[in-house]
Amino acid sequence: MRTLGIGWLMVVVGFLYLPISVMMLMSFNASPFYTLPIEWTGHWFAQLAQNERLLDAGRNSLLVATVTAVIATICGTTAALVLGRGTFRGKRLFQILLLPPMAIPWLIIGTAMLVFFHWSGIGRGLHAMILGHVALSLPYVVLVVGTGIQTLKPELEEAAMSLGSTPAHAFFAVTLPGLMQSIIAAGLFAFAVSLDQFVVSYFLAKPGVTTLPVEIYSSIRKGFTPEINAISTLLLGVSMVLVLAFAWLSNLGSAAHERR
Amino acid sequence: MSAVDIAGVAKTYGPVAVLDHVSIDFEAGRFTSLLGPSGSGKTTLLRIVAGFVIPDLGTVRIRGEDVTAMPVWKRDIGIVFQSYALFPHMSVMGNVVFGLNRRGIRGAEARRRAAEALETVRLTGFDDRRPKQLSGGQQQRVALARAIVTRPKVLLLDEPLSALDRRLRQEMQVELLRIQRESGLTTIFVTHDQEEALTLSDRIAILDKGRIIQQGEPSAIYERPRTRFAASFLGDANFLSGTVVRGAVRVGNVTVRCDGALPADGTTVTLAVRPERMAMVALGDGHGDGGNAVMGVVHTVTYAGAVTTYRLDGPGGLALRVFVQNRDGTRFAPGSEVRLQWSPADTVCLED
Repeated sequence: MRTLGIGWLMVVVGFLYLPISVMMLMSFNASPFYTLPIEWTGHWFAQLAQNERLLDAGRNSLLVATVTAVIATICGTTAALVLGRGTFRGKRLFQILLLPPMAIPWLIIGTAMLVFFHWSGIGRGLHAMILGHVALSLPYVVLVVGTGIQTLKPELEEAAMSLGSTPAHAFFAVTLPGLMQSIIAAGLFAFAVSLDQFVVSYFLAKPGVTTLPVEIYSSIRKGFTPEINAISTLLLGVSMVLVLAFAWLSNLGSAAHERR
Repeated sequence: MSAVDIAGVAKTYGPVAVLDHVSIDFEAGRFTSLLGPSGSGKTTLLRIVAGFVIPDLGTVRIRGEDVTAMPVWKRDIGIVFQSYALFPHMSVMGNVVFGLNRRGIRGAEARRRAAEALETVRLTGFDDRRPKQLSGGQQQRVALARAIVTRPKVLLLDEPLSALDRRLRQEMQVELLRIQRESGLTTIFVTHDQEEALTLSDRIAILDKGRIIQQGEPSAIYERPRTRFAASFLGDANFLSGTVVRGAVRVGNVTVRCDGALPADGTTVTLAVRPERMAMVALGDGHGDGGNAVMGVVHTVTYAGAVTTYRLDGPGGLALRVFVQNRDGTRFAPGSEVRLQWSPADTVCLED
């Protein structure tokens, strides 16, 4: 029974990782036609270093993801604090309104943004992508930081105030450090959402200025080259590190709370 | 001198009067317990002294100064929460020096005073630990050190021992008492635990439904409870209802005398007698010594080592409880007919 269960888990995990692993392996294979056995080479990565289009797109991706993460984290954390600590009518409504955008198909969001940005004069380009990515990642930031706020005891601020802290000092000395783990996790998540975003980016990209996922897609349409494997491997590596860091941070947070 | 003076304080949340015009003085250097069930307003009263809650009416004075509108951080108080509320990202030392730093005391001087406070609560050698690396009792000691290190004008304790298990709680009671006596801090202690209040307090104020029912020394309240609530919340009591007839109380067909003043003839009153003040004798033995006596039939017997609790059916189906010290091995079996005797001095006429 137990071996059967473990076997099944291996099938599931294999299903998840097989295509990715093959792609990663092939990025190191000299043959561009997926022929076996593998002839190890760093050729495709070297060639990638010469591909200005892909490198430009990569730089754009990092720029957009970084700016998105910073804006979404600041705005989302502030919103989460207002929702978590405020007492006002309609608070529940705001909380509920934050959820549906996460379920709306990206294709529809992308179309809506394209039309709206065109109509309002914002136009297309990296700035439009940043706006779009911020909108996509904000609900996640509010959720992640909001959970952190809920697990933080309100007595902590009261204790600080009883010891002589003004509310502002109590916030910066006690509340913010207590939330740091959630805030960093939320920032990483926003970064990952932006980095992996294709649909919305595709709609909002100005011709010639684009991000990595969009550039990869256009390259494939022009003809597949193993450089794509190489750049995808790099992108994948970055995403994996981000997701694992997120998991580690949020796990750390909850473990610390359990012990209290 | 009163260290904290509450005058005519009222607080309502929506339709609920949490505190109903409460006035109470807390004497300097004394340990006062606010004792009451949940919802009695005791925690709200503590939070009003702290400044977390602003009363709708009334004034709060600390050492004579009106602080009703003063924010928490200017009041110079120390507070210990049930949840400890230690700052999780700071070390033990970081937690304890926090209040000193806020008062401009830093560096070596702050650390010296923090170490002194930690020594007072008997928690040395843990300076660099994080709160989550400590046990519940140790965290409680840190919270206490953090609250007393600034030598606040008043120390507020919000059920600080409730989260601890029984043995540790008793140990911490002793510690708390020692620390309070040594530091001489005016202390207000919120609890729903009557035993805790009796053990620790110089004074007790019993609260119910937003009012102070009775306040005084623990023994004074225990010996002379004013109401049914006070009698049953602090200790156990037998209640006998009857009518005042010629300076005594007629309970069924028995006349019960009491030392205190009684209202006019014909008034219906309730008398309270503590279960350990009633003596049980076999029906034939001993005779009335001028005290009170009723007949009863033993219903259940609960042996608990030091004492045995008897539940009896008294006259007119009255349920009575008697605690007897297990000294001479005399025990009554269920069904035994016995006589209960007690002194008029141990009979208290209640106000309700």
